[in-house]
Amino acid sequence: MSSETMSVFSPRLAARLDALTAKYPVRRSALVPMLLYAQDEAGYLSDTVIIEVADRIGITELEVRNVASYYSMLRFKPAGKYNIQVCTNISCMLRGGNEIYERFQDELGIGHKGVTADGVFSLEEVECIGACCWAPAIQVNYEFHDELTPEQVPAILAGYRGKETAHA
Amino acid sequence: MPRLVSHPDEVKIVTRRFGQGAAEIDKYIELGGYESAKKCLAQGSDWIINEMKASGLRGRGGAGFSTGMKWSFVPIHSAKPKYVLVNGDESEPGTCKDHLIFLHDPHAVIEGTIIAGLAIGAKVGFIYLRGEYRYLLEIMEKAVADAYARGFLGKKIFGSDTEFQIITQTGAGAYEVGEESALMESVEGKRGVPRIKPPFPAVVGLYGGPTIINNAETIATVPHVIAMGAAAYAAVGSERNGGTRLFSISGHVERPGVYELPMSYNLKKMIYEVAGGVRGGRGLKAVVPGGSSTPVLLPEEIDIGMDFDQVGKAGSMLGSGGVIVIDDQTCIVEFALRTISFYQHESCGWCIPCREGTDWLKKSLTRVHAGFGATKDIDNIQYIAENMLGRTFCPLGDAAAMPILGFVKKFRKEFEEHLDGKACPFVEHVDLAVI
Repeated sequence: MSSETMSVFSPRLAARLDALTAKYPVRRSALVPMLLYAQDEAGYLSDTVIIEVADRIGITELEVRNVASYYSMLRFKPAGKYNIQVCTNISCMLRGGNEIYERFQDELGIGHKGVTADGVFSLEEVECIGACCWAPAIQVNYEFHDELTPEQVPAILAGYRGKETAHA
Repeated sequence: MPRLVSHPDEVKIVTRRFGQGAAEIDKYIELGGYESAKKCLAQGSDWIINEMKASGLRGRGGAGFSTGMKWSFVPIHSAKPKYVLVNGDESEPGTCKDHLIFLHDPHAVIEGTIIAGLAIGAKVGFIYLRGEYRYLLEIMEKAVADAYARGFLGKKIFGSDTEFQIITQTGAGAYEVGEESALMESVEGKRGVPRIKPPFPAVVGLYGGPTIINNAETIATVPHVIAMGAAAYAAVGSERNGGTRLFSISGHVERPGVYELPMSYNLKKMIYEVAGGVRGGRGLKAVVPGGSSTPVLLPEEIDIGMDFDQVGKAGSMLGSGGVIVIDDQTCIVEFALRTISFYQHESCGWCIPCREGTDWLKKSLTRVHAGFGATKDIDNIQYIAENMLGRTFCPLGDAAAMPILGFVKKFRKEFEEHLDGKACPFVEHVDLAVI
């Protein structure tokens, strides 16, 4: 497909995805990164995103859905602009990960995979994110926050809300 | 930025460039970087493999297989292209060492990959990072681009006639992809469902070509082994367990962190001296020695050297080197439940014993923890776990069953204390709504 004229993605992402398919010995190896990068821009894997990715790789939509459904970071519904992922796995649990998660629930008024009414935040209880020695840890989109206490939660939220207002 | 720690007992080999800005290629070169790759280019494949065998380096991913041996299994002549695949999926709960390697020393991963490629005659290497490590992937990608710009990667590496390319790859959230055959499936753009073995990857691997798959820590260690010499590296550790290991110490200790210690370093000393002992002066209840999948050790079992053989002899595994310390105020049933919840979440569902087993273990443990269990539930947990062992394509089934068996066998009394409507002695409010 001519990505410049028909893509549902921004020209910048379309160019990135073009480069991605050229990177591998076998085109299909671009599938998982392509889905993730597409999701980063579009927010989730909508039907139109899946159709374009299938077209770019040269496989069916069903095959794309089949692969996408395996990976826990890929989603088929919108998340908040800032997706808060709280690790409650064992190392984080031992150092208060559950309490961090509860505090986020209280502050945001949403539960696992919930999205706030204004669409700014979503919340997820996630498995180990590889920050065990700096527990309890969370990720907001791709950004890590380490060694947290529940008391720090409001400030973290305020920080992202501030970013949101600055952009608005 | 994750905090770096230090202790006088550390032997900094793999971590020696940490915190010095070695992610920048000039700094890496200034600190001796890429000299090992040049040396290997001059010495050739047989020499490299012999050095690796002599170093005693064993795979840091968990299985502990000799790196030199693994490399020697790749056929010299192959009709299909050969590949090196670096496993940076790091997802074993309790493990965060590769996180620091990618952050502080990405060029060591590149240089190790080049050397592995020279050893097996591959022209392409893949470096795979878990999807959550996006900021680390960006660091790796910049490092790879810099290495290309210097001519360390490409058609003619270091001005020779040898070609070597590196491709970075991201995952998108999957523990199971850390298993080598599932990792190859993921690189090929598929669901990370494991392949049955044989054939082994050294014969039929990525895209059907012979492939070696090594953990990121193993690969990052390789240039250091070459630089200091196999004998010197081996001498740091103990017999059959060469060199150092990056131990991720987490949980209830005063000073959690990633410490590089000689192989066979005493576990008790590691907890009480290196990591500062149990937090808040509490008592020690248990230690998970090598990541969440390794069976728990009791306080009286930790006076052992941390190497593949001694931890194995103690009835557990060195695994990924993730030491999780549990204090005496922790409910083991809750800990077991959180462990199995993870494996239940991560099971791909391909093999029935794993798919059904993890689910039933989670259900049974939920019931016991909530105080609704009966004695037969404890027996059932043991029965289910025992029947998962060795009955799945990939080790995820074992990884889920082994720790649960350990908890039940060593803490049966605590499980029994939860039975017949008795509230968990450690948690104030057990959520009955989950039943």
